Amino acid sequence: MEEYFFLMHVYVFALAIFVGFELITKVPPTLHTPLMSGSNAISGITIVGAILSAGLEQFTISTILGLIAVAFAMINVIGGFLVTDRMLKMFKKK
Amino acid sequence: MKITIEITYLIASVLFILGIKYLGSPKTARKGNLFAAIGMFLAIAATLFDKQVLTFEWIIIGALIGSIAGVIMAFKTPMTGMPQMVGMLNGFGGGASILVALSEYFKKNPNYPVNTGLPFDLPIDQGIAIILSILIGGVTFTGSMIAFGKLQGIVTGKVVKYPFQHTMNALLFLGVIAAGVYVVMFPAMINIVLIISVVSLILGVLLVLPIGGADMPVAISLLNSYSGLAGSMTGFVLGNNVLIIAGALVGASGIILTMIMCKGMNRSLMNVVLGGWANAGSTSATSSTTSPKGDVKSIDSEELAMLLDSVSSVIIVPGYGMAVGQAQHAVRDLVNILEKKGIKVRFAIHPVAGRMPGHMNVLLAEAQVSYDKLFAMEDINDDFNNTDVVIVIGANDVVNPAARHDESSPIFGMPILNVDYAKTVIINKRSMNAGYAGIDNELFFYPNALMYFGDSKDAITKLVNEIKNL
Repeated sequence: MEEYFFLMHVYVFALAIFVGFELITKVPPTLHTPLMSGSNAISGITIVGAILSAGLEQFTISTILGLIAVAFAMINVIGGFLVTDRMLKMFKKK
Repeated sequence: MKITIEITYLIASVLFILGIKYLGSPKTARKGNLFAAIGMFLAIAATLFDKQVLTFEWIIIGALIGSIAGVIMAFKTPMTGMPQMVGMLNGFGGGASILVALSEYFKKNPNYPVNTGLPFDLPIDQGIAIILSILIGGVTFTGSMIAFGKLQGIVTGKVVKYPFQHTMNALLFLGVIAAGVYVVMFPAMINIVLIISVVSLILGVLLVLPIGGADMPVAISLLNSYSGLAGSMTGFVLGNNVLIIAGALVGASGIILTMIMCKGMNRSLMNVVLGGWANAGSTSATSSTTSPKGDVKSIDSEELAMLLDSVSSVIIVPGYGMAVGQAQHAVRDLVNILEKKGIKVRFAIHPVAGRMPGHMNVLLAEAQVSYDKLFAMEDINDDFNNTDVVIVIGANDVVNPAARHDESSPIFGMPILNVDYAKTVIINKRSMNAGYAGIDNELFFYPNALMYFGDSKDAITKLVNEIKNL
């Protein structure tokens, strides 16, 4: 089973790419900027990896790299979601 | 515990997909963003319960720094600065990926920090994922910082050419791949991993530096895609599906926007990435010498106010000049006063207007222009024929009719807004200078074209006042 894990991940990746294409071709040009900043925030998911590194029991180089990575990814997450919301609040139809 | 964490990751993945789905319509977009944010919160919370996570102080410190910086950026950045902000966020995503990949490499290496003499067997799939994560993350990080610099005006927005540009980049890229294969085979080579990291960072600078300011919509979209792919690669390193799914969604989103932007300029992605109107370098020189001769007529604000007093339909075409001049609020006042006179006012927005996808729409939304007045090129291009007045504000190449008929023009074939088909075209510009493509715009010499010179904000404000005084 172990050797099929990688293949399973490739499956998931390929299918997710297709889901992404299907969803995003329908987004109207008006929303392209919020789509970018919002998806940007989602790419901050790297924070999961960053936490796993920064939270190691022993303090090593991995901890330092993880600490910086947590900060970077958090800027992405917080900045991305907040600025997207700030923009979307302005999109109104009178 | 493990199963609970995995199920939470699954819920987070579903929330990301739903979030992106809802981001697709103005009515549900805010909800979509909220869904994605909840997904992110769940993913982070679940990770904190992972049995690998034993110390929390470094996580808290990093998260605090990042949160504060993120909040400041999100609230202090003016809407005109959105392209820079998005550019920078892309970069942090990429930066996090390269750092996590390096961290995982050191974590897995049994001879670091002390040499235990143990053999280091890195599974091939993980080795490949680490190298790709470093490469894509590194390029995204420095590339985005250069893009940010260009948009902010710190780095020149011009097309930068340097000797052996393409050869050097190709060699560096192949070098990284070769070194990567070597590391996958002999994972203990720490120095080579570090060299790969440095070269990836350099590649990011070299790849984005040649891209000119008006091509930034493509560069930003592409870097957006890279930041997603970098996240996916990190997912492969960790063997974590939520990263793979979230990264793939963002990667797909960025690629689609990139393709839309390229189509809007009738150029291939290769052509944009290689820098400037690369294949047009020689022809642009000749086309400027054969530029159309004729009289340019100009109009002042008082005459323009009188002209607008007697029309029934107006289309406004905004461009980067409106963003630079921060004229969006003045433009909104113009729309309001014209509508009060019973004039039908709409906006025509070219796909590559501004510096990022949807740039004009965000600025006009900020100025409280209703989004149902904004029309994409293909939805409004047939209406110029029966429109009285078109007002072009700070746009140039996207309204140059040469794109339709002049095969020697570097922009030949680019889809343009058919503003010249209207009865009268008013062009607001600061001067007669050429646009980004470096070519004259024959539209300015057309009999139905009138130049209205001035800074966009001043000129439109003056016009609004003149209309009020009529």
